[in-house]
Amino acid sequence: MSDDILEMRNITKKFPGVRVLDDVSFRLKRGEIHALCGENGAGKSTLIKILSGIYPHGSFDGEIVLEGEVQKFRNIKESEQAGISTIYQELTLVKYMTIGENIFLGNEPLKNRVIDWNRVYTETKKVLTELGLDLNPRTKVMNLGIGHQQLVEIAKAMTKNTRVLVLDEPTAALTGGESDHLMRILDQLRKNGVTCIYISHKLNEVFKIADTITVLRDGKAVCSEPAIQLTENKVISLMVGRELSQRFPKVEHIPGEKVLEVRHLTLEDPELPGKKKVDDVSFSLRQGEILGIAGLMGAGRTELAQGIFGVYEGKRSGEVYLHGEKVSIRNPREGIEKGIIYLSEDRKRFGLVLGMNIKENIVLPNLEAISKWGIINNSQKNKEPLKYVRDLKIKTPSPEQLVGNLSGGNQQKVVIAKWLMANPKVLILDEPTRGIDVGAKYDIYLLMNQLVEQGIGIIMISSELPEILGMCDRILVLNEGKLTGEFVNEGVDQEMIMHRATGGLQ
Amino acid sequence: MMLANRWWGRNKSELNGQESSHKGSGVDLRAYTMVLALLAIWAVFVFLTDGRFISARNISMLTRQMAITSILAVGMVLVIVAGHIDLSVGSVAGFTGAVAAVLQVWYHWGTLPTILATLAVGVLIGGWQAFWVAYRGVPAFIVTLSSMLVFRGGILLITKGVTVSPLSPSFKFLGEGYVSPLGSGILAILASLIYVGIVIRARSSRTKYGLPVSTLILDIVRVVLVVALTGLFTFTINSYEGLPIPVLLLIILAIVFTFIADNTKFGRHVYAIGGNKEAAIYSGVNLKKVNSIIFILMGTLAAVAGILLTARLNAATTNAGNMFELDAIAAAILGGTSTLGGVGTIPGALLGGLIMASIDNGMSLLNIDYSIQTMVKGLILVLAVAIDIASKKKN
Repeated sequence: MSDDILEMRNITKKFPGVRVLDDVSFRLKRGEIHALCGENGAGKSTLIKILSGIYPHGSFDGEIVLEGEVQKFRNIKESEQAGISTIYQELTLVKYMTIGENIFLGNEPLKNRVIDWNRVYTETKKVLTELGLDLNPRTKVMNLGIGHQQLVEIAKAMTKNTRVLVLDEPTAALTGGESDHLMRILDQLRKNGVTCIYISHKLNEVFKIADTITVLRDGKAVCSEPAIQLTENKVISLMVGRELSQRFPKVEHIPGEKVLEVRHLTLEDPELPGKKKVDDVSFSLRQGEILGIAGLMGAGRTELAQGIFGVYEGKRSGEVYLHGEKVSIRNPREGIEKGIIYLSEDRKRFGLVLGMNIKENIVLPNLEAISKWGIINNSQKNKEPLKYVRDLKIKTPSPEQLVGNLSGGNQQKVVIAKWLMANPKVLILDEPTRGIDVGAKYDIYLLMNQLVEQGIGIIMISSELPEILGMCDRILVLNEGKLTGEFVNEGVDQEMIMHRATGGLQ
Repeated sequence: MMLANRWWGRNKSELNGQESSHKGSGVDLRAYTMVLALLAIWAVFVFLTDGRFISARNISMLTRQMAITSILAVGMVLVIVAGHIDLSVGSVAGFTGAVAAVLQVWYHWGTLPTILATLAVGVLIGGWQAFWVAYRGVPAFIVTLSSMLVFRGGILLITKGVTVSPLSPSFKFLGEGYVSPLGSGILAILASLIYVGIVIRARSSRTKYGLPVSTLILDIVRVVLVVALTGLFTFTINSYEGLPIPVLLLIILAIVFTFIADNTKFGRHVYAIGGNKEAAIYSGVNLKKVNSIIFILMGTLAAVAGILLTARLNAATTNAGNMFELDAIAAAILGGTSTLGGVGTIPGALLGGLIMASIDNGMSLLNIDYSIQTMVKGLILVLAVAIDIASKKKN
């Protein structure tokens, strides 16, 4: 038996226009906990999707060697059969079934062709005990806390003859105590000889548990070393240490009066009463200013924006002031009316009606302005969108092209166009350049500068630190729902932001 | 067999046609293949009935038959486009028709008050369904299934289980009357002129803003075709008695609702909700309000259908409107309304309604047993939806 249980050799994965993984090699030693670190978009998830068969053999270059044998997974099932179990951030348990039913779902032990329930529950009890869990196997999953649900997922993986356990951000949704429990259980599993890949943003946890750390950056593995030879600072600089490859058209902004003020905004998780997605956040925004919001996945940035725009589903408290006046925004309609506008990070889900054309999408939130007695003025409907198609350089044969047929960058411009037509005072841009090409990114940066010049206040949420540093006047940092840093963008570097974003103090 | 081949033909061309925009410019292949399907069905029936199928009298009957369920289909397009369904329209039409008959026959109300009161009942029923769907979040499927039973029972309750008749001549006129041949001719000429005017205006407006315009020849062909068909239809019905009143009402309602769908804030919001509900909410669409209006309009149209039904039968019967929901849903879906929401047109639904009515009428002329007729219509529905879903998947 060789020392390595798994090796991924020279993995390259391309999406149209981007190399998500570039010649990444990755070795996993038997019985270790191997942490995978990197910024959002560094390629961690892609690597795991390749390992677990979501991206089938042939859709990438390179090979996967498990126990000395080359594997060609065509789907998740094949990788699971080979002994690779992945536990994702979103849990995949059936809420209304018991722990035992969930653990053996799709894999039910049979006796005389009917399910052998006694075996289901005795074996479940055995696995739970091994994991140090004192739970009744007949408890419904919906009655468990999220931490225990996660552990049930791990128990499920254990019954499947798992050789490599992959955990993708397992503690993102857990409280401190639950995380500690998970750490102890992972330690126990390591003693039992289970090998584990552990993906996490939380470096303090990583250093608590991991034997080896691999850092990915821009699709390349930049470091793979034993944890004892590394420090948190070293890992952070490896995570962000890229050269500024894109250029940002940074110009001097002259901020004016305070346009938006948020006081003590607190948002509760709709699914987990008591857990706060955003915790007592206060800040203000001036006219003609770009305010960046940095933070890692799950830090509460999107929720913060949703809370301001009136689309957050959970309980909300705190106040929002527009030009010094307290406003109540209970739904997007009221936000749009008052000029506070939110451009979602998920343009296909929240931004566009893909089956409608460019023109229709641009006028959708603005029909009131071009209607009289509810009847749309068609010549205005033909005319108004044209302006934006031209100004934003939306590449299309006609404004009547279906937006589903446009490239990502042009789709994003359509979303921006529809919001510009709504005359915003405050524009919250959530990951405005995600998944779009460099040229379109640059167009969007230029546009942001223009808008700021016209006196609009912009809040930009971004996971790309260079973009935040390149474009913003001030930067807020969120960590687990709390405001952990506020910088004026002078002499700030990525390390400083990353420190605050990972929960460390300066 | 032949019908089946047509279906596949329609599916394929739809895939080819998906790149072209579905309105104005470009050739809508799906609609044209539907027309071909209709012509094929007609050809079969003309052949099997030795020409009786296209006699002036039968065409007049056919369009009158089609009118009532197609009025329901007009509203059903909005309902389905927004991602709902309404299973209650048949019962509601029957119930409102019974209300009209009871008011007129037992309480001796005049025709106009009867009509107004019946429409008001339709609005109320729509409001009732809107409350549950829009404000309580109960799926429309369940709400309207409930109403289907409630109002079917309601018919029995208010008619005490007997046939209520006869109605006054002025009320009957709504269902049985005709616009005189002269009047029909004048209407046809006016309609043609207005249509030509609209096409010309649209062309010039589109040209002005640099939007793509279909070639002049294509537009001319289209105008000539529409005018010729209008003329042919008018000539045919005029050689019987003229334009049936229900058909006139259908045409007016179809025009009004097409305008609502294309040119009002409400109409565009309906399509946005069906296309992407979440994006619509983020764009400030008031979901509750729009969904409520949809069901109130549907209730009102069901009342119109109910009035026409009672007027045509000159009576309210306990099983009036039975299974009309099937015809209305089938007409909308045959006409290109997507069960997944977001897509659908009212002219398409009229075409679908004409197909359903033709199959009904043709089979009746051939004395095919009612049991078989019902089965055929049921099968058409599932086939139409299957094709819709298959074409969506390939996207």
